Amino acid sequence: MANAREVLLRIRSVKNIAQVTRALQAVSASKVQKAMQAMYRTRPYATKAWQVLTHIAAQPGRGILHPLLVERKQVENTLIILISGDRGLAGAYNSNIVRFTLKNFSNYPHPVKYITIGRKGRDLMLRRGQEILAEFSNLPAAPEFADVSAIGRLAVDEFLAGNVDEVYLVYTDFVNMVRQIPTVKKLLPLEVESGEGRVEAFGASQAPGATYIYEPGQDELLDEVVPRFTALQVYQAVMESLASEHASRMVAMKNATENATELSAALQLEYNKVRQQTVTSEMLDIAGGAEALAQSS
Amino acid sequence: MPIRCEIVSQDRLIFEGDADSVLLPGTEGEMGILPHHAPLLSTLSFGVIKVRYKNTEEIFTVAGGFVEVQPDIVTVLADRAENVRKIDVARAEAARLRAETYLTEGPPPDSDAYLRMEAALRRSRLRLDAVSRYRGGRRANMPSMVDDRD
Repeated sequence: MANAREVLLRIRSVKNIAQVTRALQAVSASKVQKAMQAMYRTRPYATKAWQVLTHIAAQPGRGILHPLLVERKQVENTLIILISGDRGLAGAYNSNIVRFTLKNFSNYPHPVKYITIGRKGRDLMLRRGQEILAEFSNLPAAPEFADVSAIGRLAVDEFLAGNVDEVYLVYTDFVNMVRQIPTVKKLLPLEVESGEGRVEAFGASQAPGATYIYEPGQDELLDEVVPRFTALQVYQAVMESLASEHASRMVAMKNATENATELSAALQLEYNKVRQQTVTSEMLDIAGGAEALAQSS
Repeated sequence: MPIRCEIVSQDRLIFEGDADSVLLPGTEGEMGILPHHAPLLSTLSFGVIKVRYKNTEEIFTVAGGFVEVQPDIVTVLADRAENVRKIDVARAEAARLRAETYLTEGPPPDSDAYLRMEAALRRSRLRLDAVSRYRGGRRANMPSMVDDRD
């Protein structure tokens, strides 16, 4: 059995860790609230914008409507926008999203390039030898649309220039505090039957074949709407991922605190046992010594 | 059969409900949308949206955005929007004053700040205008609300 002093040192260090993780947990708890509120505020607009885009894409003859809607006959290059966190200590948050991405795209039939948002995603992708076209890290704690619109624009430009033929968005969808799901969404070209669960079907209006009336002209309107709403999807994905990251970190820190508390209790017990044993053996020594003295005299 | 109307602004859901008709300030002029309207996509200018259902009327100010019309749904994606009943008059008034003072102090025109303030001024004027015009009827029943701007 270890000696009492060693055990005491370990107890102290475990308690220190618990203190740190508890503080981190509290910080994440307040951050997740803020991030959640921000995300829920922008979600209705993003969802509606996405609906409008799918309606536009569902029209007959979509190919000639707007270059961003054109389905390329041959896909040669794929671009993936991967959203991860800047910081670790968030449980499996960063590794989950990276593993999910690699599972989906590492055996992809054509070259895949990445735009990464978040330092962790960039580092993990680089370590796996993936090609990174651009990286964005150190986003502000509460990003505005203007902070991320450049990312959407970059993707749109790459697509229009013909450097890539399809663009996917990989992010962590926030369901609730304990459930965040890695999600992949096809951003460009728009897919009509995209399995976006949140877009509820509403009967007749979903039927393709309806052609829009545009005011003002079709080209001006689509030129404004399509790129902007596409960039908006990136923004919403960033917001969802941010809330997910904080939630994931909070849960991880909560678990760490609990484990540390448990461990320190176990160590305390061990310490007590060691101490008791030392006392007992010292007592025996003394008693034995006294006995010996008594006999000799 | 009513048409469904949904109004969202960039930072929240403003209105969701049925309507018999929806009046919108399109960039090409006022538009009235009735159920079974042909699909339409349009940009919106500054103005008010009127949503009529049975005998009620909800009025919203809107500062630019888009509208998508489907036969059974009108979706307004506004840059900014507010229900006229929920406009904070004091705040709008303060914003208007602030913008006006700033603009009369003569900062360099064409600068970002100048354009932003000009837009803010237009928005607060639109709000105050809508309040004085559309809250009028209700105010007759509520004498406690003084300060009639007409």
